[in-house]
Amino acid sequence: MSPTASGSHCVPATPMTTEALPRPIGLAATFGHLREGTALPVTVVLLVTIVAWYLGAIWLNSGLVEQRFEQTDKPATTAEFIDTAWSLDRPVLPAPHQVAIEFYDSVFTRDVTSPRSLVYHAYVTGSAAVVGFVFGTLLGIVLAVGIVSWRTLDRSLLPWIIASQTVPILAIAPMIIVVLGNVGLTGLMPKAVISMYLCFFPITIGMVKGLRSPDPLQLDLMRTYSANRNQVFWKLRWPASVAFLFTSLKVAIAISLVGAIVGELPTGAQAGLGARLLSGSYYGQTVQIWAALFMAALLGMALVAVVELAERLTLRRMGARP
Amino acid sequence: MRAGAIAMALALAGAIASLWLLENTAPTLAFWALVIAVTIASWIGLERLARIDKPRWIGAILVPGLFGLLLLYLWQVLTVGFDVPPILLPSPARIGHQLAANLDLEWQDFRQTFLKSVLAGFVLGSGLGFIVAILVDRSPFLQRGLLPLGALVSAIPIVGIAPIMVMWFGFDWQSKAAVIVIMTFFPMLVNTLAGLASANSIERDLMHSYGAGYGQTLAKLRLPSALPFVFNALKINSTLALIGGIVAEFFGTPVVGMGFRISVEIGRMNVDMVWATIAVAALAGSVFYGILALIERGFTFWHPSYRQERS
Repeated sequence: MSPTASGSHCVPATPMTTEALPRPIGLAATFGHLREGTALPVTVVLLVTIVAWYLGAIWLNSGLVEQRFEQTDKPATTAEFIDTAWSLDRPVLPAPHQVAIEFYDSVFTRDVTSPRSLVYHAYVTGSAAVVGFVFGTLLGIVLAVGIVSWRTLDRSLLPWIIASQTVPILAIAPMIIVVLGNVGLTGLMPKAVISMYLCFFPITIGMVKGLRSPDPLQLDLMRTYSANRNQVFWKLRWPASVAFLFTSLKVAIAISLVGAIVGELPTGAQAGLGARLLSGSYYGQTVQIWAALFMAALLGMALVAVVELAERLTLRRMGARP
Repeated sequence: MRAGAIAMALALAGAIASLWLLENTAPTLAFWALVIAVTIASWIGLERLARIDKPRWIGAILVPGLFGLLLLYLWQVLTVGFDVPPILLPSPARIGHQLAANLDLEWQDFRQTFLKSVLAGFVLGSGLGFIVAILVDRSPFLQRGLLPLGALVSAIPIVGIAPIMVMWFGFDWQSKAAVIVIMTFFPMLVNTLAGLASANSIERDLMHSYGAGYGQTLAKLRLPSALPFVFNALKINSTLALIGGIVAEFFGTPVVGMGFRISVEIGRMNVDMVWATIAVAALAGSVFYGILALIERGFTFWHPSYRQERS
């Protein structure tokens, strides 16, 4: 029933540090313990996806291809038909290799500072996301500390923070851009504000949980040492919350990127992945949209990976054994 | 208890008086003194009330409710008192007025965005994720192939797929529903798989000793124990669906819908209407979430997190 051990030599086992702690259920939580021996299954699933994609490209583009062959009055052979379907200029669904070529072109062959380079757009969006993430983290931690150490805030503010998670905050994004634009703030800052606004919620919630995670036994021990509130906080609560903090940070950085991208949508921004998506959709440049999407995906994964690395280093320094 | 109630009552009277003053006279120094007094009095009242443990509704409903009222009050007094230009931040009264004046339009937007795209996408995406999870659960190979990908997908800004979906499915609600289906699929898949795996081996052994087959174990043990995870995914998805529906409308839509309204009214600098639309979206999101939480309570009443409350 449990074949997880069979392929464990392919991938080094993940450190136990994060799994020994109670973590919120989420995509990241389930990731850890089901990772052993995944190289082969993941490859198979990816291959199937790519094959399905190629087939889907034929199917979805067939209308456009038929139009093209009707103009030339030449009956198309199957090979020609498929070949055309995979090499259209503005296909309904571009074939994977078209996207890969466009991606390669706009990442490696162009000057990094030119507005036609995807690296440039990724930098514009990524820097806004990171700045917003840093401020959001600070704000989230400060709020959590306030909530944990002050009962009135806990009772009155926390319910609102939880309720505000059910609100589609992203809808406010365009307005924040416009409002800050009126005050004279343009460029990176408005997007960073949106990212900050989006990502402090998960951090506050995670930190409140983490700061409260020490059990009564540990708190009693601190009391027998006659530790004061400050000492309890710095020597027990704060270290106990670090694992929770990193779990929320991973969620937060992903949301913060979404915030930065959406922040570029409604205001006609000139640069950034969101602007690239929007201009692609105006001019029907599907290949460009897909390439930008892949860049966004890569950027998101890279940002999460950086946080994960920081988590591993920090937990190791704090004495968690792998 | 009594001191808290008195402080709150004083604060309430002061708040009403200051709002009346604001309506009829220009703000003076005495007015601001009154506002500060109201803030301090209500904070003292909140401090007192927050210490009360029983009855439960004081801590759970009254304190956050009063705190929300305090925030609304300060918002109103500060925006009007300092003459903040409405384009920066309109006062709650203005937003409420705008909302009441355009109820018909807001209802049409709500119907287009929420009742059509969000609900359709949410049901399809969550349902699909659930069914695929149950199918994939039988094959550990597929499971190990899909789960890491599901985790990767969570790092991807999926909203970006909206322009493509608009091209494929047209401007109407179908394209928005498609975006939502993709956004909600993976959280449901991953959470359901985790939930199905959450029944422990003792319980499974018991089912085995009863001679229960795969179907019976699934229906009587594993699905019920997966329910908390499923509801967790549904709650995550309720927010995601609303965000997806609104953002997808930024990429093209018929002339109705909450995302359309927001982007158009911003172009016309009609910020009051934008805030009114956001208020509707916030209300819809909270009610949607609340209904899911109520259903969850009905289905998973046995779960420790609910049993604790009652005792």
